[in-house]
Order: sequence, then C-alpha cells, then structure tokens
Amino acid sequence: METIVCIVQTEGDGSLAKAALEAVACAKELAAGLTAQFAVGLLGETVQPGADALANCGASAFFAVSGAAFAQARYATDAAAVTALAKAAGATIVLGAATSRLARVMPGAATRLGGVSDASVTAVAAAGGKPVVTRWYYRQRMFAELTRDARPWVVTIAPGCFAAYAGAGGSAAVTGVTPELAAGGARTTVTRIISPSGEQQTIRPDAKLLFVAGAGWTKKQSDGAAHAGEAEKLILNFLNKSKASLGTSKSLIDLSGEGQQVMSFLTHMHQVGQTGATPRHPKGLATCCHGEEPHVVGWRFIGERRAVNLDANCGWAQGKADVLYVADAFKVMAKVIELMG
Amino acid sequence: MSDGYQIVVCGGIVPDPLQTLEPVHGPAGWGLKNELMLPAILDPWSGHALYEAANLAKAAAGSKVWLVSMGPKAKLQQVMMTVAQKAAFELIALDAPAGGFTEAGDVAAALAEAIEAIPGLDKSRLLLFGGWQSASRGAGATMQIVGEKLGVVDQFQGVDKLTIEDGGVLRVLERVEGGSYQESTVSGPPALFGWATGELPEPPNNPQVGMANMRLVMPALQKAKPVQLAQPAFGSVQLPCQKRETRIVKDTPVEAIAREIVDWINA
Repeated sequence: METIVCIVQTEGDGSLAKAALEAVACAKELAAGLTAQFAVGLLGETVQPGADALANCGASAFFAVSGAAFAQARYATDAAAVTALAKAAGATIVLGAATSRLARVMPGAATRLGGVSDASVTAVAAAGGKPVVTRWYYRQRMFAELTRDARPWVVTIAPGCFAAYAGAGGSAAVTGVTPELAAGGARTTVTRIISPSGEQQTIRPDAKLLFVAGAGWTKKQSDGAAHAGEAEKLILNFLNKSKASLGTSKSLIDLSGEGQQVMSFLTHMHQVGQTGATPRHPKGLATCCHGEEPHVVGWRFIGERRAVNLDANCGWAQGKADVLYVADAFKVMAKVIELMG
Repeated sequence: MSDGYQIVVCGGIVPDPLQTLEPVHGPAGWGLKNELMLPAILDPWSGHALYEAANLAKAAAGSKVWLVSMGPKAKLQQVMMTVAQKAAFELIALDAPAGGFTEAGDVAAALAEAIEAIPGLDKSRLLLFGGWQSASRGAGATMQIVGEKLGVVDQFQGVDKLTIEDGGVLRVLERVEGGSYQESTVSGPPALFGWATGELPEPPNNPQVGMANMRLVMPALQKAKPVQLAQPAFGSVQLPCQKRETRIVKDTPVEAIAREIVDWINA
C-alpha cells in the first residue's frame, strides 16, 4: 500500500499558489487511483491558512514545517524540511509542484531519504495498481511513461498539467514537524527578490497568450533598413494591451549578447525553445520566427498556434501552426494594436 | 580567497540540437536511433557553467578548473577538440553512455566519486558548477544529488550571476517564477551552482589554450573509468504526434488579418 505526501509551499501570507493547488489535485487523483491515502506537508513561514484552504481535500493528515527560518527559499532549510515532512508522513511517494523553490530541493531530499526522483512530470496515473508517470526527454522532443519499484519516489509536477484543487476550505489540524538542519546551520541568506516592475514585466506565466518575437523583427525591411526601435514599440504596445507573455528565439537573444542592442527588454529568460523555456499557454502567436525543430520544441505545450511571417513555406509554421498569415508583421501588429483600442 | 577556488564543473555531452532525434529500444534499453553517429556538443548549460568557471578562475588568483564529463570516450574526444579551445581546465573523463534515459542518481553517484578522487581536493575551497538542466535527460536533479553526496548543502539553481564580494562572500542571482530573480548570499565555499545561461558569451577559440588542455585531455580519456548506468522501468518512449493542418492565409488585406487575430485572441 502506497502512502503519498504532497509537499506544498505557502506564500508569504500563508496562502497557496496555483501550482501548489495543482499538485494537491494530482496527489488526490493518484491516491484515488491507487486506493491509497495522501497527506499534505506544508512548508513556509505561516502555514495554517494554507492548511485550512485544503481542509476538505481528502488528506488523511496535515504536517508542517513552519517559522521564520522557512520563509526563505533556501536549499539547506528546504531540503531538511522536505525530508522531515516525508519521514513524518511515512511516505512512499512524495509529490510537489516543480516550482523554483521545490525543484531546487526535491532531488536532494530524495537522496537524503534514500529514494529516487523524477522531475517536471507532466502526467501521473495508476496502472495495474502501480503509479506511472510521464515526462519529457531531450528538451520536450520525446516523452516516456515510466514507473519505479524503489521507494520513496520523489516526483515534481510541472505547473499547468492538472486543474488546481478548488474545494471549500475549513479548519485543518496540523502536526508540526521539526527538521534536522545540517551542521553549521544555514550559511545562505536570501536578500531580495528582483522583479521587473509594471510594464517591464513581460514574462507572464498565467497569460492566455504567448507572443513570440523572432529575429525577423530586426532584419532589413522592404525599404532596405532595419526598424528595431519601431519593432520594440509595437511589441511592447501589443503586450501592454493584450497582457500576453513574451517569448523569443535564441537567434534574437544572441544578437543582444553579441553587442547588437536590438530590443532592450529581452533577456535570456524570454528565450523559448531548445535551450530556453517551454511555457504553457492556451494560445500562441509567433511573429517573424523561422526555423523548425528548436522553435517547435518551445511551442510544445502551446494550445492554439498562429504565426505571421513573410514565407508561406516556412518550415516552422507548416504543420506546426494552425494558421499562417503571410504578411508584414509590422503592418499586421500595428493594425492589431489599433483594433484593440 | 587567498588560495583561490577549486571549481569543479560537471558537464555532459548531448546530441547537437539541430539533429533529428528518434527513440529506439535496444539490448541495453532505450536510446536514440544512430546515437553514436550523431554529432555531439557539450550540453549548453554545462557550457555556460564552464565559461563562468573559467572567468571566475581568472579573477581569483590560485584558482583551478576541472571539467568532469561522462560519455563514450570517442564522443568525449570529439567534443573536447572544440571545448578545449574555449577555456582552460583539467578533464576528468568517465566512460559511460551519454544518453538521456539513464538514471540521474547513478550519474550523480559516479560524478561525486570522481570529484572525491581529485588529488588535493579541499572542500573549503570547492565550488561545484554544472547546468541546472540538460538537453538530454533534463532531470534538473543530477547536480543536487552530486551536492548531497559531497555534503554541499548551499545549493543554487537557475543561476545567471555569481559575484565575489569583500570577505569572500558569494552573491548569487537565481531565476525564479515570472521573470524574476532571487538574490542570495552565502559566506563562501563549499557551494553548488546549477547555471542557467549566465552572462558570458561563448568564448572564441584560443589555440594556445586548446594545446595546453589537450596535453591533459588525451591521458584523461585513456584512463577514463568505465561506469555502469541503469535505466528506470520505461513503459514506452514516443515522439509526439503534433502534425497540424496549417491554414495558409495570403494575399489578404492587413486589416482583415488583424481583425481575425484580434477576434481569435478575444475568443
């Protein structure tokens, strides 16, 4: 009989983010499939609001590591906390969202538990009474279903793969757990979170649309000149109006790295594809993108896809996009912005 | 730090990203079709880690860089012909499959053992570098396990910047959600850094560095220790079927295209 614990990190106010609620939904589904129980292990400075939000989720128990030392996303304290929560729950399967905080520590916690780990799993199922996970290999080019006999099995769930748990809250009884910190204590101090403010924040994981700007925006246009400045204004205007998230291709990012300041707001974090991110959004609009496999990889988890570029035979768009508009992206996006009011 | 850092970079090799990849099942388990024929490169994130390591070693007198790399010897040799010209390092080679279907835990255990065996290793000066992901297994787990096995509990993932401050304090920027960074400080080594892209471009080839490296690369390849790696119990490995029927819209007024896009976005 498996025993599952779902590790959830709480936010500063003790609440739970969407990724944590998705992990809870995954744990609930897997437990049902395996006819097993699942517990919740909370991690954060304040945990009671999060536990109360999950009071009716069906968890058999709630464990928590809390206090000021666990406000910070720091390996030394978080790895000890996850290990302690898994031990307290007697877990054979440890689930958690693949957030930056948990992804940093879950494999290390698996090592401390003498177990095994799999990261960024996109599906979990019970098949023949055994848990089976799906994850991608070679940068989202192929996927595999796998299972393991070794326990505990520590698994992180990629955000966006499960509908977030949305049950009614209540009052949960939480059992406190005290982790054993490594000798010497925590030498790391988190000093701050640096976030782009307001309109400069162009990476929006929860956006309905991913807008991808390709290197074509910086190339010479029909008048024989490049218009990077105009491209920058158009793209930012569109992002502000649509609230889309911005992605870009490696070729465009590399131009910036080579000293050609093409678009001031682009960083490596915007890059999608083979060596960038593979974000999840319901819709994607690519503009001035060319090339096949590396770009397609970045679009693996985009639902509806449309593209605007000048080449009807573009290898990236043919067979990969639902609609390809063969047109000048400068003119099209200017008109789109105008129509959006 | 007066004696400099001992910077150990863990870096695997992966198929060139422009190659078409197809999974096949063989006697040794899952692999890639014509895997040994595919041109290989140093994993992109490991590459960033190596360049950052070389840059840091230049800035901190007395520092040294090791590159611990696992793969079939012939492939490692091919990749090192290029990589050795980019940055100064001493290679520690491990002879094993480089594919993505192997166990991250097994790979990490072999890497940790090889690092422990470095003559004169001083953990009070040790900085472990590697990629935060890889372009093969992409487990995002190997470095954490290496750190655990070596007792390094100050770990950072998705690192884009590392600066050394007065008193040897290390200041780190890690990628977190929504395009933000988490800034942390750690009082000094030992520490582990899983690099994202960092801030440095790929260095140009330097034949002098290449010649100096290659004097040590060939002996390191000759004495590469063979490593046995297991695979998880795969039920299947498949390519995604995502061929879409693309509707081509051309010779259409810009306004009509824009209106269709706006309607689609708002739907």
